[in-house]
Amino acid sequence: MSWKKHDYDDIPGTYVFDGKTAHSSYRMNKLLYSFNHAENRKAFDDDPEGYADRFGVTPEQKAALVKRDFLQMLRLGANIYFAAKLAVPAGVSVQDAGAQFQGITTDEFKAKLSAKGEDLQKKLARAGGYWDG
Amino acid sequence: MARIVGGVTTSHIPAIGNAMTGHLEQTPYWKRFFDGYEPVKKWLSKVDPDIAIVIYNDHGLNFFLDKVPTFALGCADRYENADEGWGLQIRASFEGDAEFSWHLAESLIRQEFDITTCQEMLIDHGFIVPMSLMWRHLPEWPVRAIPLAVNTVQHPIPSARRLLKLGHALRQAIESYPEDLKVVIFGTGGMSHQLQGERAGFIDVDFDLQCMSSVINDPEWLASLSIDEIIRKAGTEGVETIMWLAMRGALHPNVNVVHKHYHVPISNTGAGVLVLENAT
Repeated sequence: MSWKKHDYDDIPGTYVFDGKTAHSSYRMNKLLYSFNHAENRKAFDDDPEGYADRFGVTPEQKAALVKRDFLQMLRLGANIYFAAKLAVPAGVSVQDAGAQFQGITTDEFKAKLSAKGEDLQKKLARAGGYWDG
Repeated sequence: MARIVGGVTTSHIPAIGNAMTGHLEQTPYWKRFFDGYEPVKKWLSKVDPDIAIVIYNDHGLNFFLDKVPTFALGCADRYENADEGWGLQIRASFEGDAEFSWHLAESLIRQEFDITTCQEMLIDHGFIVPMSLMWRHLPEWPVRAIPLAVNTVQHPIPSARRLLKLGHALRQAIESYPEDLKVVIFGTGGMSHQLQGERAGFIDVDFDLQCMSSVINDPEWLASLSIDEIIRKAGTEGVETIMWLAMRGALHPNVNVVHKHYHVPISNTGAGVLVLENAT
């Protein structure tokens, strides 16, 4: 038995959430999914290790969850939307997480995003027909 | 007979929801983005739809990974929004139209789209953000709504071409309903963005503009790209843009552009808006 290889496997810095990932991380994602309920978010905050044990996650997954090490969680199979249910209530926005993934500050991350809009007007004018107020 | 009055495409990211909750629309960061929706709101008030069919992906509110339907259609009288753990304000529920939903389900399945029917379906920000963008200024939602959730979260996800074909089937389904209903179709999600991994923050403005042009004039171009190519060009979460093709497929081959707007960045995302009507 072996997991199928995919063309997307070689995209740098990218963890495509597919069957292989979903299978290996099912329990961790189930734990993260439980954070749709406020009482579960509180239960995790009160006793992260005990809460992780209830879901039977692996020791590596448990360590990453307790440390809120989001890059490590991704590497261990967390789905980004489910991981956000741990991140956002803890005050970590998707931009904070993005900065963490790259090892830069959130301001630096935001500046890189803003740079994407620098020649926007020129590009829209070239494409034509765009609304502009 | 039910008829399609047009289609709208829009981003649905949570940051937009938070900006609306915080009344940030006129702040420098957000103004150009939100101003680009004013023509959409005017158009909606002119065409005055009875029903909105909203094509979006659930992000782990209604569906966990224990069961992941590729296509799931709401067939209920009412749809509730709920806490999805992201701190978003919970918005008022939507009235559905169960008779119309079940007609759509029958027609789609007869056309070999083997969708999952849902008699209970929580709607998350992927649905709520677009609806709020259109109608938060009104005291009540002015339309009945039908959620059509597409799996873009766990691969394998359906191909871009499959979404275009879903749109074709949706058009037949809608236009074979005997009741006089005006239907607007929302294709939501995208555009280019990647939230996860060291490649987070990836945006490709040129690709986004190519997609917008393709959705208007040449849906075949976007439909012919593989999911792998779209991940490379639009980011892992940017694959949501394939849902625009389901809206487009429900319209005629030739369309009139009522409105076209693009802004970047909004949070981590390239944000495009289209309003299209069937060409007469």
